[in-house]
Amino acid sequence: MSSTKTSRIGEETRVDKVNAELVTLTYGTIVAQLCQDYDSNYQDVNKQLDKMGYNIGMRLIEDFLAKSGVGRCANFRETADMIAKVGFKIFLNVTPTVTNWTSDNTQFSLIFEDNPLADFVELPDDGRAQDELWFSNILCGVLRGSLEMVQMQIEAHFVSDVLRGDDTTEMRVSLVRYIEDEMPPEEE
Amino acid sequence: MAAPPRHATMQSISNGGIAPGTDRPQTQQTQAQLSQQSPGLRVPSNRKTIYDRHLNRSRNAELSRASFAFLFGEMVTYAQRRVTGIQDLEKRLNEQGYPLGLRLLDLLFYRSTSTSSSALSSSSTSSSPPNRPLRIITLLHLIHGPLWRLLFGRAADALEHSVSPDTPNEYMITDNDPMVNTYISAPRDMSMLNCAAYVAGIIEGVCDGCGFETKVSAHNQPTELWPSRTVFLVRFGDPVMEREKVLERAGVK
Repeated sequence: MSSTKTSRIGEETRVDKVNAELVTLTYGTIVAQLCQDYDSNYQDVNKQLDKMGYNIGMRLIEDFLAKSGVGRCANFRETADMIAKVGFKIFLNVTPTVTNWTSDNTQFSLIFEDNPLADFVELPDDGRAQDELWFSNILCGVLRGSLEMVQMQIEAHFVSDVLRGDDTTEMRVSLVRYIEDEMPPEEE
Repeated sequence: MAAPPRHATMQSISNGGIAPGTDRPQTQQTQAQLSQQSPGLRVPSNRKTIYDRHLNRSRNAELSRASFAFLFGEMVTYAQRRVTGIQDLEKRLNEQGYPLGLRLLDLLFYRSTSTSSSALSSSSTSSSPPNRPLRIITLLHLIHGPLWRLLFGRAADALEHSVSPDTPNEYMITDNDPMVNTYISAPRDMSMLNCAAYVAGIIEGVCDGCGFETKVSAHNQPTELWPSRTVFLVRFGDPVMEREKVLERAGVK
């Protein structure tokens, strides 16, 4: 599918809306709660965010397919385009840039110019959060969960974040393998 | 029950545009905090920080309702794993909404000031910033109207005062179809649960931020037409009621 056609699907898909600030603040209160529950152990917070994202992703993919009406992607490059231009466009109204492909076409980066989840956010000034917390880590889980539902095992993590003082917000996504259709185990 | 002010235990992550104070948020204080950059935090060289973007940037921005539903659903599920019962769960949701209320209050005032001053900037009249509500009714109107419109794009459906002479401190705000509950279905054994406790927490934060000690809870009051109709019961503390009487005698509006 051509790249412009993909963008058009992202632009034209109709979605019900809510006030963006309500979403942003709700996400903020989730992360704040986790930081409190895990006693500011940010590694654990990252893990929990990823897990929550995974749960969301597993259900979100269905919504994605129903709304966008797109079919199977021919290759991982097309998948990346679909994630950035349709997925993120529908659910977060942003279109991250797909870039930094490896030569074997299994790893790419998403660069976020804008990130509604991190609007209004400043990390705690405790000398650790800026080194350890990935504030938007839920997004990694969402990608992992939703792609798993369409037979792709991936790994995703943030490598930089403007909240940490970096110049860009970048997520690295790697294809681990395509999951073959597995037959249910034979009954004994 | 004299509970310590909840601001003291507030989270240090500031997701509300305003660096959290340990005290009641006062406009002057937050402005002072905004103008001084925290020395310990690194900032991007292109200065993409919260101090460099306009607070009204996201004013009319919209996002997918599904994204909200997914996040809120996951928030409730996560909270549910760490509580012992419905009341406990509602308390937790309430506590998560509370800091939002404190911050939304500042945001509401900031926005109502900036629009009125820009509207009047051409004329020579000096526009005074809107005052914080001093009386209960003004406060409740602020919640029923502007707060609801900011969060849900419409005003709440009703605002009532308790008719019982025993509970003059009770007020009710009704939402016929709370958006936050649209995608929540409680299991049968938890039919009492109302996840709009999150919104009750927001209301509580707004009231507390204004200096009105309050307890707010969300209750299911379904009607045939509105199956998820929710009543937010606002109970003001005794000191608030006493002050209200003094202000009434003094003729303060």
